Amino acid sequence: MTSPTIEIKTEFTGGLELLFSNQRKHKVSLPATDLNGQPANITFLIQWLCEHLMKDPRKDMFVLEGSVRPGILVLINDADWELEGEEKYELQAGDEIVFVSTLHGG
Amino acid sequence: MDSFQTADNKVHNLRRQVEATENQLRELKSQLQQAEQQAEESRNAHSAYLGGFPAEWIDETLQVLRQNEFPNTAQTIRQDHGFQQSPSAANVTKRRWPLDKDEYIRYGRQLIMPEIGLHGQLRLKNSKVLVVGCGGLGCPAAAYLAGAGVGTLGLIDGDTVEVSNLHRQIIHSTTKVGMTKVDSAYEYLAALNPSITYNRYPFHLSPDKALEIFEQYDLILDCTDHPTSRYLISDAAVLTGRPLVSASALKTEGQLIVLNNPPKPPGDLSGGPCYRCVFPTPPPADSVVSCGEGGIVGPVVGLMGVLQALEAIKVLTAKVQPIDQDPPKPTLLMFSAYNTPQFRSVRLRSRRKECAACSSQASITRQALTNGSLDYVAFCGAALPINVLPPQARVAAADFARLPQDGSNKLIDVRDETQYAICALRGSINVPWTGNADSWITRATQSGALAQDGRHYYIVCRLGNDSQLAAQAIMDRALLPILVKDIKGGFKAWREEVDPSWPDY
Ligand SMILES: [Zn+2]
Repeated sequence: MTSPTIEIKTEFTGGLELLFSNQRKHKVSLPATDLNGQPANITFLIQWLCEHLMKDPRKDMFVLEGSVRPGILVLINDADWELEGEEKYELQAGDEIVFVSTLHGG
Repeated sequence: MDSFQTADNKVHNLRRQVEATENQLRELKSQLQQAEQQAEESRNAHSAYLGGFPAEWIDETLQVLRQNEFPNTAQTIRQDHGFQQSPSAANVTKRRWPLDKDEYIRYGRQLIMPEIGLHGQLRLKNSKVLVVGCGGLGCPAAAYLAGAGVGTLGLIDGDTVEVSNLHRQIIHSTTKVGMTKVDSAYEYLAALNPSITYNRYPFHLSPDKALEIFEQYDLILDCTDHPTSRYLISDAAVLTGRPLVSASALKTEGQLIVLNNPPKPPGDLSGGPCYRCVFPTPPPADSVVSCGEGGIVGPVVGLMGVLQALEAIKVLTAKVQPIDQDPPKPTLLMFSAYNTPQFRSVRLRSRRKECAACSSQASITRQALTNGSLDYVAFCGAALPINVLPPQARVAAADFARLPQDGSNKLIDVRDETQYAICALRGSINVPWTGNADSWITRATQSGALAQDGRHYYIVCRLGNDSQLAAQAIMDRALLPILVKDIKGGFKAWREEVDPSWPDY
């Protein structure tokens, strides 16, 4: 029996793409629920990306203490995740989740 | 829960009503004042009419003259948002034309834009803008603001012009190498538009001076290149009630945010978010990459600086918002030169209730800033210089050059492929550092670079940091019982000690 999955679009910018096979856009298909049977949310997505999509061993350049490291903005369908419920936002099929590292150069 | 919601809505609605009524009152007062002045000014203006001043222009001109009575534009912006008291009696300029003859010619092309118009041009003329950083962002930003006729431009930078700046820092030039960036910028800008005032600050912005300087300006541009200055500038902008246009760029990408707009006092959640609202915690120091390390395509940073000037002009010339209209929504504009679409604009959060700078419980105060108790360098952390190898595992470039060239040594160059293709030592093997010991060892092994053939191993990179990490990775795994050393100071040292012709990129 295969468990249901959910398809979303992810994008990594501001240098984060280097951690994801130097490719900005990834279509991913992840389990629709987490291990506890709860609908997949952003926390679950971040963990899933770390385990399944991120080949680079420098995990601490992406996650720190279970969430994205400081200096990374998470955008849910073109809005700051803080407007959508942050980590608790439940993923919907077709969502576009963008991870942006802030730039400092000038 | 529902009752909380209802109460919150009620508070919100009442607040809106109070605000609306206050705005109406202000509007009525200003109409009264206008009517009173109009009576007097109409009498003055009649002499102009006799001189051939068409009657239908009188009203419009008088309106502008009245707008011109406030000497400080963003003081008006701040008054509109309740940050400052209204000024005392202002001087009415009783001139026939509000701009000088030459100014109509110089600014004519933007003057006829309805978005600017005479009103906007006068606002620009009365504005003072501070550009912090005269590099890749500050150069184009300052040039466009000077061109647009911003009355006073402040320029801050502690650096001097270097040749490697010139591909992007377009208002500096070859003849100005070695000059302070502030003086170099001044020379260019004064030639571009001699009719405006320039203030020069040839030093890096520090917490003890920030408030005193910011207070002399209406709007701030963050054109710097490090988190340390970005937090300091944002804090000082919040404490002095100045809107802040912030941009950054690296490699092929750029980001732009207008912060603290409207610049409401700390604790007022209807003000625009500050840098700390968006980024409460600074990024780890080793994730911060500079343009010198990571590279930058000139037009990318130039574009971001031009956009800063544009946003500054928009803020300075904005007409007073109708009361039924929502304040500007904070957005982050992202640019990516090699991506499709190149531009993307996303909605940002509003002010953070517990923000350290702009909330009612802010810990960052004027006093904390001026008495030096805030250590921005410690807050952001600094990437420590790498020094992980014992002295016997390092070799000076000059000593490496004296080693016999009999095939008993192997040189591994850990710079990336792009840099390796620019210049490399003959016979070296390129295994780019991957940022991680395990993955680099895997890569080096796969490429055959670590074949155990009894030769000595030397590792080199651009500046001598990654080479240490790679050498340590080999030694830690005791993969090779033979000698492994890194070349101290990398190719920089090679150029200084051995081969002066080596490319200095
Ligand atoms: Zn804030």
